[in-house]
Amino acid sequence: MSFLELKDLQVHFPTDDGLVKSVDGLSFALERGKTLGIVGESGSGKSVTSLGILGLHKGGRAKLGGEIWLDGEELVGASAEHVRTLRGKKMAMIFQDPLSAMHPFYTVGSQIIEAYRIHNDVSKKVARKHAIDMLGRVGIPQPDRRVDSYPHEFSGGMRQRAMIAMALSCDPELLIADEPTTALDVTVQAQILDLMRDLQRDFNAALIIITHDLGVVAELADDILVMYGGKCIEYGTAEDIFERPEHPYTWGLLGSMPRLDRDRTERLLPIKGSPPSLINVPAGCAFHPRCTFEDRTGGKASTEVPQLVETEGGHLVRCHLPRDTRRSIWETEIKPSLEAS
Amino acid sequence: MVTYIIRRLIWSVVMLSIVSIITFAIFFLVPRLAGATSEDMAARYVGRTASAEQVKVAAEKLGFNDPLIVQYGRFAKGIVAGADYDYGPGVERCPAPCFGYSFLTRLPVWPDLLDRLPVTISLALGAAVIWVIAGVATGVLSALKRGSFFDRAAMSIALAGVSMPIFFTGMVSLVLFSYGLKITVAGGTYTPFLTNPATWAYDLLLPWITLAFLYAAGYARLTRAGMLETMNEDYIRTARAKGLRERTVVVKHGLRGALTPILTIFGLDLGLLLGGAVLTESTYSLPGIGKYAIDAIGRQDLPQVMGVTLVAAFFVVVANLVVDLLYAVVDPRVRLV
Amino acid sequence: MQKTTRLGAAALSAVLALGLAACGGGSTTTPTSSGAPAAGGATGEFNGALTAVVNPSDKKGGILKLANAGDWDSLDPGDTYYGYSWNFIRLYGRSLVMFKSAPGKTGNELTPDLAEGLGTPSDDAKTWTYKLKAGVKFEDGTPVTSKDVKYGVERSFDKEVFPDGYTYFNDFLNWPKDYKGAYKSPDANTDSAIETPDDQTIVFHLKQPLSNFDYFAQLPATIPVPKAKDTGAKYKEHVIATGPYKFDKNEIGKGFTLVRNDQWDPATDPNRKALPDGYDVATNVNADDIDNRVLAGDLDVDVTGTGVQPAALGRILPDPAVKAGTDNPTGTRLWYTSINGNVPPLDNLECRKAVEYAADKTALQTAWGGEFAGGQIATSLLPPSIPGHEDFNTWVPGADNKGDVTKAKEALTACGQPNGFETNISYRAERPKEKAAAEALQQSLGRVGIKLTLKPFPQTDYFALYAGKPGYAKDNKLGLAMNGWQSDWPDGFGFLQQIVDSRVIRETGGSSNVSVRDPEVDKLIDQAMEQTDPNSRNGIWTQIDKKVMDDAYILPNVWAKALLVRSKNATNVFVNDAYGMYDYLGMGVK
Repeated sequence: MSFLELKDLQVHFPTDDGLVKSVDGLSFALERGKTLGIVGESGSGKSVTSLGILGLHKGGRAKLGGEIWLDGEELVGASAEHVRTLRGKKMAMIFQDPLSAMHPFYTVGSQIIEAYRIHNDVSKKVARKHAIDMLGRVGIPQPDRRVDSYPHEFSGGMRQRAMIAMALSCDPELLIADEPTTALDVTVQAQILDLMRDLQRDFNAALIIITHDLGVVAELADDILVMYGGKCIEYGTAEDIFERPEHPYTWGLLGSMPRLDRDRTERLLPIKGSPPSLINVPAGCAFHPRCTFEDRTGGKASTEVPQLVETEGGHLVRCHLPRDTRRSIWETEIKPSLEAS
Repeated sequence: MVTYIIRRLIWSVVMLSIVSIITFAIFFLVPRLAGATSEDMAARYVGRTASAEQVKVAAEKLGFNDPLIVQYGRFAKGIVAGADYDYGPGVERCPAPCFGYSFLTRLPVWPDLLDRLPVTISLALGAAVIWVIAGVATGVLSALKRGSFFDRAAMSIALAGVSMPIFFTGMVSLVLFSYGLKITVAGGTYTPFLTNPATWAYDLLLPWITLAFLYAAGYARLTRAGMLETMNEDYIRTARAKGLRERTVVVKHGLRGALTPILTIFGLDLGLLLGGAVLTESTYSLPGIGKYAIDAIGRQDLPQVMGVTLVAAFFVVVANLVVDLLYAVVDPRVRLV
Repeated sequence: MQKTTRLGAAALSAVLALGLAACGGGSTTTPTSSGAPAAGGATGEFNGALTAVVNPSDKKGGILKLANAGDWDSLDPGDTYYGYSWNFIRLYGRSLVMFKSAPGKTGNELTPDLAEGLGTPSDDAKTWTYKLKAGVKFEDGTPVTSKDVKYGVERSFDKEVFPDGYTYFNDFLNWPKDYKGAYKSPDANTDSAIETPDDQTIVFHLKQPLSNFDYFAQLPATIPVPKAKDTGAKYKEHVIATGPYKFDKNEIGKGFTLVRNDQWDPATDPNRKALPDGYDVATNVNADDIDNRVLAGDLDVDVTGTGVQPAALGRILPDPAVKAGTDNPTGTRLWYTSINGNVPPLDNLECRKAVEYAADKTALQTAWGGEFAGGQIATSLLPPSIPGHEDFNTWVPGADNKGDVTKAKEALTACGQPNGFETNISYRAERPKEKAAAEALQQSLGRVGIKLTLKPFPQTDYFALYAGKPGYAKDNKLGLAMNGWQSDWPDGFGFLQQIVDSRVIRETGGSSNVSVRDPEVDKLIDQAMEQTDPNSRNGIWTQIDKKVMDDAYILPNVWAKALLVRSKNATNVFVNDAYGMYDYLGMGVK
């Protein structure tokens, strides 16, 4: 069994309008030292998945199904209190916007100290020294002084570094980073990504990076999971996804990948339409209303739910298009237009 | 920081001067503008059968014939330097700060105020402790159990609490607990803290609870709203992701975030109350600043009204200053410049 | 005599009445159960303390607890003008004479206190002599002399230091010219006003005959004050006692306590039983709270004696058991409407008669607060408790008191105004009851065509500038004016002189008499002032009352009543007619 394994994870929220199936049957596995990128638009269920792994849905309104195995322990059925003791220690999380994710009224140091002392029975003095060490490790200059600064006194990049220091303070074996660079300037983004890669190597942790931007995971991820409407629609190695993507949605993500040499907002192959409602999921393939190639499925797109099928060597795709059709569209229509730009 | 405080202190003194001028104007200038003569003003300081001549003598003695600016100057000078008053067989010194001398009770105002201050402080502080604990706790629980029976019941009671005037709840509670069940003391009972702390607390129990009920209701609603907001903040999710116990998340992170507006209101409420919990004191006949104020206004005893207004204004101004300073302590993002 | 005002009482009690009604019977019926006749022996019956002593007892000891919604104007005998204060002051001060401490009409009788007997007048009633009892001492053991009495009166002369008091002695004694009182004229020879030929004798010299000077001699200003201990305006903080009680603790504005005065010798004092060991008095207590506490037995007396608040009224009247523990005395106050003969067509007696006949007295009674808190329908001026009062009804407003429209119309025809006329009615804007009464008159007089326009005026200047200023009243056609009067003591002079003597009317304004101008009445007053025989004198007051009613210058509305609650813990409870409230001298503790 892998270090982390999700089997048919379901996270459903009952609402007045109906059942919201934020995550609907998600499975994947991840080993220590490896990085998984979960990519999707907002509302695709990627953040809900990460909160589900951390057990943050427990005690809330969400209904969880399936299994989450972390280092041989099943977490969906485990008690909230037990999962809490794992949280921050065995698994930790880095959030998107460090300004709102850190408490504005406590110093950065005290927030790291707090995180450390929950799981380590040490004195404040020891914890403080540890916090300073961590701040230094994530590249914050003069950490012994900055430890007493408040979050608002940090720059955006520094804040994200501090956030990472906090997450890593207890030496977690699983680290989930939810849009770790979205709120940052482009140049800072690269620094943070470099930092995360270095740290992952040092800590030998399993890393999940959640993003809407394939570019973020391009250099970092070993495997990539593309989510759409709460389901996995394509899964493969980074090479699979970037070199031989087979799902039209993945093509769309590739086309809308911002690049350093271009204006961020400019998109080559924008995906038309908007993400599906999670209450009234479109019949058949959830992506079909937005799919350019829907007419080539022989009418199955709107009637039948496609299955996640292995195309070759662990590369999984959920699409009605015949494999050959998909490959030929990629080779003849999509790839040239991406390269031409 | 230091310059900020000095500037604020100077400003506070200016504020108090302005308040004293306005109060003076209300009670001395406005009647004049409305056509009252100095004799009319003096009429309330003499007996009912006083002759016109006696009224004239009184007006002269009270200085109502002097220009208003001179009268105000005399008042202000009294505060700074003290004043002298004729009590018949001799002259009495009213040492600074002399807030005047009541011509109705024939007592200087300042010692009266000092004498009543402990009652008001005891009442306000005791009630404040109760309402903050009860109000905030109720608000937090309501927010965490939003939509539950507890939440709905607590918020209904809170609505009733803020809607019911103290002279109503006060009277009902007196009839119920003091005269009916006889478990609390009757109105008008006050024992100084230093005389007997237990009796002090027992005597004030009912006023405390009644007053606290009124305020706790508001604080519960305020806390609930604040908690609902902060518990949705990203930093709460972060706190949970660290593996913090839920209680720590709620109190250390959630409540701490919701505390700023509560603290602000608390400071101002307390300042106002220290200036006299008028309704509570008069309902329970407690001889505090508020009761003094309402008695003074009822008798139209101008020096007393002036004195009590200034003391009340003093507390409000000080409360404002303290709140602003505390703001910076509570929220590190606030800078005092 | 001034009445205490109760701060915000109206608004407060209105809300409270609602509140108590809303909170149901549970809490409010408590007094019922404890007030059951069996509980504390006889709590008596309704009005039981008006004519008899309720719970008679000679048991000594205990502390009597009293409360005051406001505060004394002053505890100083030279500076107090409240009726309850004069009632209460007898506990710590002894004046030359006093009202008997007894129920009903006996309370109106004067009896010597410091003096050995009532005053001895000279033939012209201008000189009054009193002999002091031997053996009366101040609380410090110093014997009381006639000089101390004289000094007490002299110091009270200074209205700058003592603005609250009355001016009877200032006005009637033959003071030297430019006399300014004991403080400002310390060396003046005042023998022309008061002589003290020896330590036991005091002689008052008046400017004019005064047949009833004994009423002056019962005023608190004749309570002796030791000159050496006088602290002027501050004397009220510790009055040197001559009565059975002296001040222990006194916090002005909060309350005070009285304890036994060991220098008081009962042998010199047949009038005082001095049963309780002391008195505990709280001032500035919430008025509704006082009612609740007295009803609950937690407090013994509402010292002002002006009756319960409307909220308590609503609890007492419907419950016979509670009502049995209350008394509803008629005081010495008359609420009335002045009919101004200076304003045509009211210069015609027939038109004034029309007003008397048309008025609906039951509506007026309701306007003043009803049967228990408002008053008894008045048919003449002198209240029933004042000697000289006689039951008569010159202008009967119908058998049901709702007004006699027929007779009113006949009078209007005789007046030459068969279709009625228009005039104004003034009242004090701050007084809702006066407004209600004016409106009641507007309604009932409207039935015969007399149209009234309401004219409110501020109460501070009501007499000085408006209703009491003859020129203004005439020019502005204030044909009717709401008015009220209470005597300072139960005597025709005290009650009538200020409101029926036309010579007190001044063109500059300020008089309480705004309508009665009858030379014959003035003449009768002079006769009464010279008549030293009380019975003959009271007969003259009756005559004056009738004459004024014949003139129809005054439309009597009600004689004010107040609902008083008897303490559950007190003994010897009775209403003293002289004060129209419970007698504080007699009361003891169970």
